[in-house]
Order: sequence, then structure tokens, then C-alpha cells
Amino acid sequence: MDKLIAKSPCEGLLPLTVGSVTLTEEEPGVMTSVAPYKGCEEALSEALKAAHGMGYPAANRATGRAGSRAVWFGHGQAMLIGPVPDATLSEHAAIVDQSDAWAVVRLEGEGAEDVLARLVPVDLRAAHFKRGHTVRSLLFHMTASITRVGDTAFQIMVFRSMAETLVHDLKTAMEGVAARG
Amino acid sequence: MRITCPHCGERDRREFYYRGAATDLERPAPDAGEEAWDNFVFLRENPAGETRDLWYHEGGCGAWIVVARNTVTHEVLGTQLASEARS
Repeated sequence: MDKLIAKSPCEGLLPLTVGSVTLTEEEPGVMTSVAPYKGCEEALSEALKAAHGMGYPAANRATGRAGSRAVWFGHGQAMLIGPVPDATLSEHAAIVDQSDAWAVVRLEGEGAEDVLARLVPVDLRAAHFKRGHTVRSLLFHMTASITRVGDTAFQIMVFRSMAETLVHDLKTAMEGVAARG
Repeated sequence: MRITCPHCGERDRREFYYRGAATDLERPAPDAGEEAWDNFVFLRENPAGETRDLWYHEGGCGAWIVVARNTVTHEVLGTQLASEARS
């Protein structure tokens, strides 16, 4: 077989800087959805702590740090981003590989909140939405996962097939914010 | 219009998909008889007042939610996860 060439979701589209805000693509590594079986959330959290050093995240929260994160991903599921999932997790949860299925970008800089305010119908200002907070909401017309990963930095995830639309919508909003000076 | 998702908090209506009356949660037993099934499939209440609907938080956490609301005043009275409403 020919050697296959890996292509990231946003290849050729990023990085991008408009004004004070920068949009870059993240390399998330292995991504795994973790959906605890009924009544198994605590046992799963213990197993996650033992294997990967972070608990199962509560609703609207993310645990862990850059390179090894568990992000709440909706009703009854979280996304483990970074590490290869330990086999012990599958005793307590349905484990499904999601690597390469999501476009993951990082929006950073003074004004990143203003950019997202144009696209997301949720208040993401620092007073409400602190580091380690996450939401599932809409980014323009796409369902997205948005997590604050720094004082002025957000991690944004959408389906891989929507990578180009994501960059287009964010670019338009970034230009709008920059134009206001 | 705002709907409070039990997971996500108060969110804009555009994040939700409307399914219909929450009678879907009261599915009769397979042998419940013709009348019960006819009722379940075809007959709906049309109340002037309190009603319970199923909404899906498709632009958010993906949970099915039972929303109690008043059809006369348009007041939303409360929400709960469908998984908990049924158990």
C-alpha cells in the first residue's frame, strides 16, 4: 500500500492572526468519548484519576491540563483528549475512539471574548466563564464544544467536516472585532 | 424565549428542537389493548393551561428535556431531564 499522508482538519487554513486575536490549530492526539454506564460515574472517576490523573468532569467543566484533558461533552459523556485510554476505563464506561473526527482550534488574544460574543449565544466573559469551564452550544450554525484554557484563550471543537466553515466564521468575526479598533 | 436546561442552565430557544407532548414517555405495554394504543398514537390533549412537552437540546448537551409550560400565559413553569421524569 502507498504511504498515507496525514492531513489535519484545518491544514492550509491556519494559523491566522487578525488584530490582537490569533487562531491556531491544536494537535489533540488521541481523542476518546467516555460515556459512563448507569450508576458508574464515581467508579469511572476513580479509574480516570488512577490511570490519567484527573476525575470525570462535572457538567460544564473540564479537568486535567494541556496535553491530557477530560472535557464534559454533553448529557452522559466526556471527551478524553490526549492520552491513550487505559483499559480499566471500559469496565465503567463505553469507550469510543474519536481521533481525527473533530477539528480542534485555539482562539487566543485580547478580544477573543468579543469574537466569540458575535457567534455564541452564551455569556463567555471571564466573570461567568473561567478557566476549566466548558459549554456545548452553537457557534454560528454549528454545534460546538468551547472550553476556556487560559485567561484569554479558548479551545473550540466542531465536527471535522465543518473545519472550513469554522475558520470562515471565526475569521469574519475576528475581522469585525478588529475593524472596531 | 429562554429554556432552562437542567445541565446547561438558561439557553436560547434556538438551541432546542421541539418534539411534542411528553406522552411519549408513557408508552403503554405491548398487550395494553387497542384503546390504550389508539390513545397513545393518535389522541392528544389540547389544554388551555398547563402542558408538558418534550424538547431536545440539540445545539447543546444533547439531553431530552420535559418542559412544563402554560399555553395561556406562555410561562415556562419548570424543566427536568426526560430520563429522570420517567424513572
